[in-house]
Amino acid sequence: MSRQEILEGLKSVLAPYTMDKEALNSINDETEFIKDLKINSANLIDIIIDAEERYEIEIDPDSAEKIHNAGSCIDIILEKMKEKA
Amino acid sequence: MSRRVVVTGMGVVAPNGVGIPAFLHAIQNGISGIKFIPLARELHFNCQVCGVPDFDFSHLKDYLSEVTFYGLKGSTIGYAIKAAADAWIDAGNTLYDGKIHWETGCVFGNSIADTEAMKRIIALVDSRQSRKLGSRMVEQLMNSGSTAYITGLLGLGNRIITNSSACATGSQAVLMGYEYIKHGMAKRMLVGSNEYIDNYIFGAFDAMRILSRKFNDTPEKASRPMSATAGGFVPGSGAGALVLEDLEFAQARNATIYAEVLGGATNSGAQQGTGSMTSPNAEGVVHCITDALKNANVAPEDIDLISGHLTATIADKTEIENWSEALGRKEENFPMTNSVKSMIGHCLSAAGSIEIVAVILQLLHQFVHPNINLEDPNPAITNIADVSCFPVKRTDRDLNIVAKANFGFGDVNACVIFSKYKR
Repeated sequence: MSRQEILEGLKSVLAPYTMDKEALNSINDETEFIKDLKINSANLIDIIIDAEERYEIEIDPDSAEKIHNAGSCIDIILEKMKEKA
Repeated sequence: MSRRVVVTGMGVVAPNGVGIPAFLHAIQNGISGIKFIPLARELHFNCQVCGVPDFDFSHLKDYLSEVTFYGLKGSTIGYAIKAAADAWIDAGNTLYDGKIHWETGCVFGNSIADTEAMKRIIALVDSRQSRKLGSRMVEQLMNSGSTAYITGLLGLGNRIITNSSACATGSQAVLMGYEYIKHGMAKRMLVGSNEYIDNYIFGAFDAMRILSRKFNDTPEKASRPMSATAGGFVPGSGAGALVLEDLEFAQARNATIYAEVLGGATNSGAQQGTGSMTSPNAEGVVHCITDALKNANVAPEDIDLISGHLTATIADKTEIENWSEALGRKEENFPMTNSVKSMIGHCLSAAGSIEIVAVILQLLHQFVHPNINLEDPNPAITNIADVSCFPVKRTDRDLNIVAKANFGFGDVNACVIFSKYKR
């Protein structure tokens, strides 16, 4: 799966958690979840759970702490998919 | 203190009507909201009927942001949001106005926090999958969950309280809201209560053998307060909400005024005398009614209507006795009396607020709603008060002052007095 494909998938994962659909549509590696998408910090854990389900992976707490923007999220998803494969 | 407290908004999720127009139509026409519950039969409950609101959960999307709606699971909180937001809008306010209403607070109560959230937590924790619970469970598990959702949605910035006193919760919430405004602590209070009967709560009450069991095949006949064939109450779900407001504050914003809260009282019979965990001490009830009249500055003979607690158990007769003693009125001189529960069952914590919405509607539209299923009044009751005091059909009449009471487990009583609004 390419980074671009995961970025597209991430858009649907993030959709229920942000009211700012414009910012979501122009998402890129640098997009910060809390600052740019105005996502409630408590919801980061829900986003991780939804991503785990979508990609059939498990993101441990230490890896989850590294996620702050779309790019770092894709890094972790790719890393976990690779570990699983 | 010269402040007057008025009702300026109402919202309701009742088994026989969701929204004020539907509920008004239902109580005017004696429409029952009691339904047969197949699951209750499967679970071998004695009582297999329940008051269930015709509530479409997805309708909450009209009130909540997409983000808030996503992840909200519980009917208890859903009912509360619907009733409270409707009351707020009915009072002439808008949702999402971006303001913090420092002058407006909230007292909203329930008996049991969201059981649907609890079940999800129990199932995932027990199967060692607690990490899948996510961030939204605790807010729905806490007793103050409903209040938290309401006050965030409406932007309420005054005192925010979740009360709980079993079946007296709703009337007590209204009374507390009244007191805060009366004593100048708030200009407005959003007050109410909610309850959701899931099969676990249903089963626990069923086990007490205090629920109706002989009308499972005729659900609409099952809730029969004051009837000779009353054999226990029918549980019900729902929520009621009111906006209470300082009269001058309401007038300054040209609000529509529905009725006035004259005062009330709440106390306990201390589980002494005839009282226990599950039944009220008659002395406490009489005290509560007497204190409410005194607080409201109303004479017993001025009561035009009693909206009773009257659940359809053996306690109905004792309740009528207590009213008779407290008011010093009997036989033909006993006030008109009705029980909303004949149509909706006993909505436990939500009972008081839903029934108070019914009181306000009766004052506003000048009618007494029927007691349905009272074709066979209990002679022990009609020995105290004349049978004509318990109308079985909608009765249009001049209503000025209504007394409302609810009594809860733990021997807690609440009585609130309302009147038609007069300038």
